[in-house]
Amino acid sequence: MIADGTPLKVSLAATAASLVLVLVVFELIRSRRLRERYALLWLLTGIVLVVLSAWRGGLNTIAGWLGVRGYPPAVLFAVGLLFVILVLLHYSTVISRLSDQNVILAQRLALLETKLDERADRR
Amino acid sequence: MSADALRRIAIVPAYNEEHNIGRVVDELRAFDAGLHVVVVSDGSADRTAQVAAAHGAHVVRLPFNLGIGGAVQTGFRYAFENGYELVVRCDGDGQHDPSELPAVLAPVLAGEADIAVGSRFVEGAGYRSSPTRRIGIRLLAWIVSAIARQRVTDTTSGFQALNRKALELFASDYPHDYPEVEGMVMTIKHRLRLREVPVSMREREHGRSSITALRSIYYMAKVLVALFVGLFRRRVVPAEDV
Repeated sequence: MIADGTPLKVSLAATAASLVLVLVVFELIRSRRLRERYALLWLLTGIVLVVLSAWRGGLNTIAGWLGVRGYPPAVLFAVGLLFVILVLLHYSTVISRLSDQNVILAQRLALLETKLDERADRR
Repeated sequence: MSADALRRIAIVPAYNEEHNIGRVVDELRAFDAGLHVVVVSDGSADRTAQVAAAHGAHVVRLPFNLGIGGAVQTGFRYAFENGYELVVRCDGDGQHDPSELPAVLAPVLAGEADIAVGSRFVEGAGYRSSPTRRIGIRLLAWIVSAIARQRVTDTTSGFQALNRKALELFASDYPHDYPEVEGMVMTIKHRLRLREVPVSMREREHGRSSITALRSIYYMAKVLVALFVGLFRRRVVPAEDV
């Protein structure tokens, strides 16, 4: 079967949805509810999806490269999923670092308290 | 070298051990009056910290439960910052018998080892446990021996003696999840000398051990992953202190 190309409606809907994602991320950064370093992946996700959704010829070509026959928008799902996995992985690294730092803070706090107590006892 | 000349301390991690901790502290202090004792209460919800303090131990109270590795490392940091030169580590549940301490201390005092580990499985120790657990312990010992290129028999023993050199390493860098197993590998990768000595251990008198059957399978799987990944690290454990 020959690739049919991306239907216009699908392209419009996907573009609109991706644009909303980009706008929401942008607003979150603007209102300082999302730090830039964590937002970078989300922005990248949104922008890549906007480009692929709006540029039908590009999506059809990429689908052709990847051997996706019949329904090029499937590539959108694949790309979206890939980015979601990347974002999740990124979060896991962030959480790991936070919990390591949390341990160090707890240890420092406990040692400081002990030092204070022992000093108070000596007086 | 005689132990009496050294500033020495026992590190006792304890999580909800109010029934055992008093006796542990008493026994350690009775064994050697010059031995300071620091109890690290790992976010205990009971009176562990108060009981330990009442029995004359220094007490470090962690604000929440860090797990055994984080608790023991807190003790190492305490010992390091306060200039101790000889450290013993034993569990807060009373299963480590202080009368075995001379055996554990001997290789370190003789300058033959930087860290000595009391093993239940070296010949002459006489220890019984469930068969599944024994298979797990054998397997771990076999793997660690292969990685370390040195025969070890008990990779999960928390009954240890350390000199200042080993203390310095562990105060700055200590594995959190499986400190005994990973710590052994780390010790050897840092070219510290490790020696096992046979000890007998007691059954705990109060409360339950934190290890159950299902948990030990989970434990084994995680330890194996940690060990395997550790092989590909240049430093065995990530540096967390900057």
